[in-house]
Amino acid sequence: MNETTGMILEWALKSAVVTVICLTGFAYTTYYERRFLARIQVRIGPNRAGPWGLLQPVADGVKLIFKEELVPQYAYKVAFMIAPILTMAPAIIVMGVVPWGTEANFFGRTIELGISNDLNVGILYILSVTSIAVYGIVLAGWSSNNKYAMLGGLRSTAQMISYELALGLSFLPPIMLAESMSLADIVKGQQDFIWYVVPLLPTAILFFIAVLAEVNRAPFDMPEAEQELVAGYHTEYSGMKFALFFMGEYVKMFSMSAVFSTLFLGGFSGPWVDQVPWLGPLYLLLKIIFCLGIMIWVRATLPRFRYDRLMGFGWKIMLPFALINILLTALIISIFGL
Amino acid sequence: MSIYNPLPIVKGLWTTLKSVFEKPVTLQYPEDKRVMVTRFKGRHHLRRYDNGLEKCIGCALCASACPADAIFVEASENTDEKRFSPGERYASTYEINMMRCIYCGYCEDACPTQAIELGHDYELSFTDKRTSIYDREMLLDPVPDGKEPTPQAVEPGVFTRSIPDMKDPQ
Repeated sequence: MNETTGMILEWALKSAVVTVICLTGFAYTTYYERRFLARIQVRIGPNRAGPWGLLQPVADGVKLIFKEELVPQYAYKVAFMIAPILTMAPAIIVMGVVPWGTEANFFGRTIELGISNDLNVGILYILSVTSIAVYGIVLAGWSSNNKYAMLGGLRSTAQMISYELALGLSFLPPIMLAESMSLADIVKGQQDFIWYVVPLLPTAILFFIAVLAEVNRAPFDMPEAEQELVAGYHTEYSGMKFALFFMGEYVKMFSMSAVFSTLFLGGFSGPWVDQVPWLGPLYLLLKIIFCLGIMIWVRATLPRFRYDRLMGFGWKIMLPFALINILLTALIISIFGL
Repeated sequence: MSIYNPLPIVKGLWTTLKSVFEKPVTLQYPEDKRVMVTRFKGRHHLRRYDNGLEKCIGCALCASACPADAIFVEASENTDEKRFSPGERYASTYEINMMRCIYCGYCEDACPTQAIELGHDYELSFTDKRTSIYDREMLLDPVPDGKEPTPQAVEPGVFTRSIPDMKDPQ
């Protein structure tokens, strides 16, 4: 086996592993959410299927597979079919640039943990890929030929575009500190300095809020506002197509948590990660679980915001704060010469 | 709550965080069951005296008190050879339709001998209408230890009242 075949095989394997991690992560994020939400609401939560209810996601999956898949008669079929895929795929693709560790020894072969850690436009890649998900949602809303789905799709588009500004702008301070757009360099910068959440706490908070809006989580779950829009953009979806939207949302939570951890919480770095590189993925996973916990916690606490307030918040608070934040970070960096 | 004021949001987050460490208010139902309050009104019981005789004298006051018309009583005469209750008559048929019953406890109030009482049993479920009718045998309490089951053969002249004294007969 020559070197090129080996490389291709290695990448294929790594992509498969990351995809599997994402999908398992999705399944267990739902479980985690239900259990944690239950604890917040002073309940016990699902614990019947398997030990501690650990097989609950499997049971849910099997249920969804056996459900009837309806396609509305007047739906635009092609877009109706493509939309779930378009929502789901970018969420996994984002994981491509998130580094899981440095180089590690895998059965005598030195491999890089992560698919393309050192992509020099990593941040841009993340931003561009996440914005594709908007198309999935707006297509789903439009192609269903249903007023509620349409409204949900429109709301979601407007919301995602507004909050993407704040999201994009809060990507900047870590880039400024690390002086690189590559996520591997950003992690390295944090290993040399300190986790960026400490010097860039306001940025981290802004980023987190923007992420919540970006993945349509409560309190920004306007596209799915049940009380007003039935189920928003996925009103007409059932069975596995609905499951794909659901998956898209949760995988996006998972991958955006990974991005947040990488940018602000030191990514895969942690004690003894230099000696044992295989600890890297573990540390990153722990940090992802922490971020997901905060997302669930926020969901359990806050009611949904009114739509105009939500837009007002995005444009009048998040955007100016993000801009001022960049200015201050730049000033501090130039004054202290970091 | 205003979106522009973060203080209530932080307060709310703190409240929910605190509740994580509280004991769950829900129970693992089939394994753990909630302890019912004393006056909880569940499934009916037909009580017996300590000597094993039934308290019910078949007067059907419960049936007439029942707002849901769930109780059917048919009385028969007691004899000293075959005595079911200390009174003149006993309920030879006693049926409660548990699907009609609204568990109001009026039957309990109407009963002159405190024969019918609503117990703590609430796990009533039926797969067809027939099984929802609880008859006399299902409602009656078991005979106390060492006592004869009804009908009992008793000495003539002990039980002479049509409505017995409301205490355990000697």
